[in-house]
Amino acid sequence: MKPMLSIRGLSVAYRRDGQEVVALEAIDLDVGAGEKLAIIGESGSGKSTLALAVAGLLPASAKVAGTVEWPSLGRAPVNGRDIGFVFQDPSASLNPVLSVGEQIAEVARTHRGMDWRQAYTLAEELLGRVKLPEPAILRRAYPHQLSGGQKQRVAIAAAIAGKPQLLIVDEATSALDTIVQQDIVALIRQLADEDGMSLLFITHDIALASEIADRIAVFRHGRLVEVGDTGRLIASPREAYTQGLLAAHLGLEDVSR
Amino acid sequence: MKRALLLLRRRLIGSIPVLLIVIVGTFLLLEAAPGDAVDAYVVSTGGDAGMIEALRQRWGLDQSPMTRLATYLWALLHFDLGHSVTFSRPILDVILERLPNTLLLMGSATALSFGLGSALGIVAGAKPGSFRDRFLSIGSLALYAVPGFWLGLVLTVVFSVQLRWFPISGIETIASGKTGLDRALDIGRHLVLPVAALGFIYLALYLRMMRAGMAEAWRQDFVLAAKARGIARPRIVLRHVARNALLPLVTMLGLQSAQMLGGSVVIETVFSVPGLGRLAQEAVASRDTPLLLGIILVSAVLVILINLIVDILYAFLDPRVGASEAAA
Amino acid sequence: MNHVRRFLATPEGMAGGLLLLGFLLVALSAPFFFPRDPLSIAGPALLRPFQDWSLPLGTDRLGRDVLAGIFHGARTSLAVSLAAASASIAVGAIVGTLAGFAGGAVDEVLMRVTDAFQTVPGFLLALAFVSVVGPSLGVVVAAIALSAWTGPARIARAEVLSIRERDYVASARVAGMHPLEIAFREILPNALPPVLALASVIVAQAILVEAALSFLGLGDPNRVTWGGMIAEGRAVLRSAPFLSIIPGIALVLTVLGVYLAGEGAVEASAARRSLA
Repeated sequence: MKPMLSIRGLSVAYRRDGQEVVALEAIDLDVGAGEKLAIIGESGSGKSTLALAVAGLLPASAKVAGTVEWPSLGRAPVNGRDIGFVFQDPSASLNPVLSVGEQIAEVARTHRGMDWRQAYTLAEELLGRVKLPEPAILRRAYPHQLSGGQKQRVAIAAAIAGKPQLLIVDEATSALDTIVQQDIVALIRQLADEDGMSLLFITHDIALASEIADRIAVFRHGRLVEVGDTGRLIASPREAYTQGLLAAHLGLEDVSR
Repeated sequence: MKRALLLLRRRLIGSIPVLLIVIVGTFLLLEAAPGDAVDAYVVSTGGDAGMIEALRQRWGLDQSPMTRLATYLWALLHFDLGHSVTFSRPILDVILERLPNTLLLMGSATALSFGLGSALGIVAGAKPGSFRDRFLSIGSLALYAVPGFWLGLVLTVVFSVQLRWFPISGIETIASGKTGLDRALDIGRHLVLPVAALGFIYLALYLRMMRAGMAEAWRQDFVLAAKARGIARPRIVLRHVARNALLPLVTMLGLQSAQMLGGSVVIETVFSVPGLGRLAQEAVASRDTPLLLGIILVSAVLVILINLIVDILYAFLDPRVGASEAAA
Repeated sequence: MNHVRRFLATPEGMAGGLLLLGFLLVALSAPFFFPRDPLSIAGPALLRPFQDWSLPLGTDRLGRDVLAGIFHGARTSLAVSLAAASASIAVGAIVGTLAGFAGGAVDEVLMRVTDAFQTVPGFLLALAFVSVVGPSLGVVVAAIALSAWTGPARIARAEVLSIRERDYVASARVAGMHPLEIAFREILPNALPPVLALASVIVAQAILVEAALSFLGLGDPNRVTWGGMIAEGRAVLRSAPFLSIIPGIALVLTVLGVYLAGEGAVEASAARRSLA
């Protein structure tokens, strides 16, 4: 079967203060349709650069080599319609002066050919799907009136409003406290299952990754260290670096579930 | 609505001490002026020493400064700004007669500078660093360097003297007998040049603020997020970037009102528009200090009111304003 | 030196620098090129520009040399704008420092006074001040400063508020320095740079306000001013518009030079920060 997303020889370098900093080096990676792939790594491992590169959101100054292809799509992907993106900090990724309803509805309007009325109705529906209370009232709320977890739910609703096939979640829970974190991860897993979305789940937390992913790819210093099915990778990591990451998480109960 | 009302109350209370300071300031200036109201009155009407004494007593000018300040405040409390010797009428009447023309001029000029300025600012800020951005930024700076009264004269030379498109001066054709729409059009024709002279100067301010605000907004995460959601570029520019950059411009609208009132003095003088600014110039020319200070007082009240309106407008545009107060 | 080079490397800095240099040369060389009183009669009245090369820009209604007026007017502009800008920055910095450092009631009172000054249209205040006290160079300077000190005051106060909690201020306190000494020797010098960043705008506004006051006949009557020349030419606007237009161009070029130089300075310092 053709993979949905196929990354070949992807290298990315940024120019910073006249010097070139390599962020990703010769990455080969596939994501299958409906697959949940977690990318784990420490900060500076290039995992967020990978997310931005897949969505075509790298700054214009970045130097990119290699290919990101969508064999099953047969055309260039459209942000919002083919790829949904959830950012790390929901306080920053929502526009402070627009109602949350508008920010969800504008995605539906752009990608699903709806008029504003239909788009707002869908926005209400989506607010319900991400388990926010009183969607009809909440759609008129502004981001500053919501808690961090609520804002991230709104951002998720906006990300899936275009019915994308791939949802990229970039450290979406690291700004939230642990209990909220668990709820959001559960929500993302449920939404991906219900809609048959593929998932690119980017995190520094190997325990969180093992909870949600079918497969885990470990990144370090811009390189892919190893990739494998979650169970196998957790039970018998091949690389010393992965073992180290796991060791750092020992004491967490039942990671090999 | 509740937010706006709370804000309104707080601002109204806050402006009371400010207004008091302005009043005391104008009183001090009035005291510093050589001669008093009686001298001015006598100069214009003539009178002997006995009458001067009587007048001084009647107007309370023989009292101590503190008593006179109290009298002044008491009079102001009853909307009594005193008597204009030049016009032989109560100062407030003269001012209120001229005020509408100034408001019309200022309102139109503000609409021009804010509307065109922010629109051009969006054009420049849609692509920071581009050629059109640099062209508009520098061009607007050149406009900002132009003295309003001189721009007014140049416009007069070109459009009134040479091209004869617009009347040279005044607010409407005298004794034309026009009414209704005809009269409005006539006034409009008279106002084109003064509004242009006053408005074009401040256009640069809004253009540059909008442009700077947009350059800032482009770097925000929510713009990247909007791109990640595939929102079309025109909507990102207008609804996400420009919408956020608009907020400081609205604040500027209030701050700018005082400057524009000052600018209207020279513009109204150049175009002989019978407004508050022209009145100030007339008061200076005829050394009518009480009238001049009355104008300053009314201007200060006007500026406070305009800022109040702008604050309310701002509260509607920025959902975050007053949220903490309403909750508290 | 690096500073100057970076400043001149920006197109704004280069253009502004050249315009200001021209302005300074004109102002300073006026007594050498035009030693005669610029208010005296130099030739036939209403001579058009470029007719007689001894009077290249022509003469006004009274036969006064327009070019001499431009040169001497530049002196007035230079003197008034520099004096007024220095005065307003000094007053603003002192008031702002006191308010920010003292806090409490002093801060409250000083800031309400600042509010009051910002509520009154600055130009009207200057107008009233000059008309009450009487026009002279010093009064015009004071009037402009009176309407322009509030901006520097607010910025100085904001700076002081952020500076006063820093370590060196605390150590000065521990060392037993007098509060006023701390305010003016430790805090003010550090709060000054952002206030000075306002300088170009204040100088430019001072030139424009001086011109407007002179235009309304409230300039120093014993000096040539560009605003006064424009007002003078207004009487013959139909027949000899050049009399109003020429001094206006001088004004625009000067003010533009100041603004451009300010932009250049901001860009140069931004460039330095990004290199660091």
